[in-house]
Formats: sequence, structure tokens, C-alpha cells
Amino acid sequence: MALAGVCGFQQNVSKSPSMLGNGICENLIDEAIHSSHKFTMPSNFDPVENLKQFTDPKSDVKIQFNHGTTTLAFKFQHGVIVAVDSRATAGSWIASQTVKKVIEINPYLLGTMAGGAADCSYWERVLAKHCRIYELRNKERISVAAASKLLANIVYGYKGMGLSMVYIYCIRLQRDGFIYGECLYKRCTNIVYGYKGMGLSMGTMICGWDKKGPGLYYVDSDGQRMTNPIFSVGSGSLYAYGVLDSGYKWDLTVDEAIDLGRRAIYHATHRDAYSGGVVNLYHMKETGWEFISQTDVLDLHYKYQEEKQARR
Amino acid sequence: MTSVLSHINQEESHYAPKQAYFNPYEQNGGTVLAVAGEDFSVIASDTRLSQGFSIHTRDLPKTYKLTSSTVLGACGFHGDVLTLTKILQARLKMYEHEHNKKMSTTAVAAMLSTMLYSRRFFPFYVYNIVAGLDDEGKGCVFSFDPVGSYERETYRAGGSASAMLQPLLDNQIGFKNQQGVTKTPLSQEKAVKLVKDVFISAAERDIYTGDAIVLNLITKDGVKVETFPLRRD
Repeated sequence: MALAGVCGFQQNVSKSPSMLGNGICENLIDEAIHSSHKFTMPSNFDPVENLKQFTDPKSDVKIQFNHGTTTLAFKFQHGVIVAVDSRATAGSWIASQTVKKVIEINPYLLGTMAGGAADCSYWERVLAKHCRIYELRNKERISVAAASKLLANIVYGYKGMGLSMVYIYCIRLQRDGFIYGECLYKRCTNIVYGYKGMGLSMGTMICGWDKKGPGLYYVDSDGQRMTNPIFSVGSGSLYAYGVLDSGYKWDLTVDEAIDLGRRAIYHATHRDAYSGGVVNLYHMKETGWEFISQTDVLDLHYKYQEEKQARR
Repeated sequence: MTSVLSHINQEESHYAPKQAYFNPYEQNGGTVLAVAGEDFSVIASDTRLSQGFSIHTRDLPKTYKLTSSTVLGACGFHGDVLTLTKILQARLKMYEHEHNKKMSTTAVAAMLSTMLYSRRFFPFYVYNIVAGLDDEGKGCVFSFDPVGSYERETYRAGGSASAMLQPLLDNQIGFKNQQGVTKTPLSQEKAVKLVKDVFISAAERDIYTGDAIVLNLITKDGVKVETFPLRRD
């Protein structure tokens, strides 16, 4: 290739193994130019160990990714409320106060962002692609359960376990009552990706509305996936849980639920240094999600302070 | 790149086993700053390239013109900047041939994000800022972390003096935490003046910033480049 010449690239000098560690890619330049979904790495390279050194404050070269969060979501009689803060930190530096931590996957699915900002936005975009393909193939929307499982499969690794693990997985899926076509589809994604132990960092809640009603799943980069009426994720989640648990019941009205979500995030931003900025609020309804509000926590602080004074 | 293998735990005991890491990175300094206005955007960088206490060159702008309405600012490790911009230029050329039009600024930003993420496990040590005009002709700035997390903003500083410039911009452009101010929209003249002023201040306190500013003014008529001298010490 012409560019290979310009770059002074010599064939077979640099080898870039695929993520699964076996197939060795012959053409580095080709890969760099034509694809963004393949991951380039030197051979015999441990990304976790090698990236660790750059978070050391003594190191001259500091590669710090944006991190830190409070996110929450809970189910109630009228759907799901999703509330998040908007701060991104790189070490002690506030990289941004205006991050969109709710990722709009499609009109019926929302994902939240906690952990590595790039990891979350990239993989949830991949998920959005898979959900769209599913819709086109099956002429119906993907269920929240299936969507969250897709994401868990994508980020969970089968490194060194090969296909047998995938096979067991399919059987388990059938037992859970999933249709076989869906299983096959999952098997494809299983084979393509596997990133356990590669240092991905994400904790996300997949919220949506499907045939079964509101759905809420927690998925993280260890491959954990579970469902529950209430979740909170991130460094400020402890504080949010405290507020949430004290005010939560199934038959909240919409206004009460929105206020509870907002309060929980505010209290988390107040106590957790890694959370802050604004509270973004979404409501998942039968007709899809609706963006409710964006409120600066500074304004909330004075508002709640006034309420406190008035109660005395 | 002085050494491929570096010993990280140098301060630890002489007899303890040393862990060697593959460390093909350097910090070459430099600052980039971008501001978006209503129908324009400004992106500027200094022209100093340094390593440790020595200055390699005083004439290396860290802004790269990508299209007639998009300019990239990139600093961090210059080796990675070179590779990244080279691949980026190639991808832009391919897009132009395939679609018979130039890539929009928003599309450049989205593509850059996935390109950065493709090196998630062996990152480009580059802090990128993309400035230009969006599809509606409005000024836009996109800022990136090294692995491709990105966001559209109205102003952003990146690189060695970013921690000095960003709070200043929050005050002067964002009017953050100020009560009773009229939030006047930023004019072209004020933006250019402000950019020059903040760079002069950065050069005063940051050893990796200095020598000159290269200022790109992006409007519907194209990119106008202006240089302005800074302290050279």
C-alpha cells in the first residue's frame, strides 16, 4: 500500500495479535486504516499491568481516563426512573461537569455510564447496533433481558474456555425459555468478543420497556448481570442508596419518584467528591423514555436547604 | 523515545527485583485551546515541543487542518500524534473518495473516537480537541480523552497548561458561579483576544508552553491562520 511506504512500514516487523491471542494479524496498517473495531496491541502484552504505571502520580507520562460517578435507577408503578450526575474525573482533576451519563440506546432502551467513560459509551454503542440488527432480523424489539445479556456477553470473556462454555450457555438459555434463534445470535457475539481480564471498567444499568413491562438490569465488566427494582452504581452509590431506600415504595406517584431520584443524586454529589455537576433525569414509560430535567446541584442545594429551614 | 524499556521502581531498594514495563511513551508538552462561537470557532496551540527540561523545537504548531471547516488540536506524546494524524488524514481521504464530499466536523469527531478506542489496550497518549463548524454552520468544539471518550463543548483547553486555562475559561466564557452577570455571546474579536491573553498567561507559568501561538479561526469562508509570538524562555 502507498501509505505503508510513506510510513516506512516493513511487513512482519510489528505483529498485532487479535484480542483472543491466537490469530496474528499480518497487516498493521491495513487494520489501522480500515477498521476501528479491531484492537491493536503488541504481542505478549498485558494491558492491565502496562496501563497501571501511567496512573502513578510519579510517572511523567500520565494517561488517566475519565472516571467516577453516581448513577441510579429504580422501577415503580409507572415505569423506571433513571437519574445520574454529570462529573467526569481523571485522578483528582475534574475533566468535565457536563457529561451525558445516560446513553440513549434507542427509544425504548437507556443505558447508564459508570466506570470508564470511553468503555461505556463505546460498548453501549456496539449494543445499540446489535439491538437494531435484532429488530431487523426478528421484526420486533429486543427485550430488556436480552439486550442486557448481549452487553454482558460482549464484555464477559471466554478467554481460554473456547466454545464449550458457549455451548453450555446456550443450553442454559433454552432452559430459561429463550427461543433458539436468540441463542444462536448470542453465540455469534460470544465468539467475536471476550475481554475479561483486559481491564475494561464499566458498571451499567440497562433500563427499558418491553412486553413484560418495565425492565431494569445491572451489567458490569466482570460479566455480572442481575435484575432488581433498585440499583445504584458508582463511587457515590452508597449515599444514593441511603436516600433511595428511605423514600422508596412501589406505588410512588411520578412526581414523587422524580423527586426521590433527584434527591438521591444530590445527596451523593454532596458527600462524594467524584460526583457532581448537574442531575439528569429520565423516565421510562410504556411509550418509551422521556427526558425529564437537568438541574444544577448548586440550585438543588439551596432549594433543599430552604426546605430544611421551613421545617424547623 | 529515549528508551523502550524503562524501570519504574527506581527509587526502591537496589536488591529488590525490578519490574520492567514496555513504555514507549514520552511527555512532549504543549497546550491546545479551542473556543466555539455562534458562527465560528477558534483553535490555537503553542509551538513548543519539549522533553523533560530541554526544548526540541520552538516552531511546531500542534494544530492540524483536516478539512476546510475542521481543525484538530493534538498534544501529549508527539510520536503518537504523528501516527494518529497520519491515519486520520488517510481515513479522511478515503471518505472523500467514497462519498464525494468532505467529512463533517461531527463525523470527524465520531470517527476519531472509535479510532482512539481501537487502541484501548495500548493507547495513543494524545489529548485531542476537534474544532470546526457543524452541519448547521454553528461553531463546535469536541474534546477527547486518550481512549476516545468525547463530548461537545463550547470551550476546552488541553495539554500541559490545561489545568491553568480551563478555570480561566470557565470564568471568562462560561460565567460559572457568577451571579448577576449578563451572559453575552462571544464575539469573534473577543474570542481571539481572549485566546491570546490566556496563552500569554500560560507561558508565564508553564515551562512546556511558550515560543509562539498558532491561531486558527474557522468560519464559513475557511480557516484563517495567524501566529503571535510568546515568551521564548
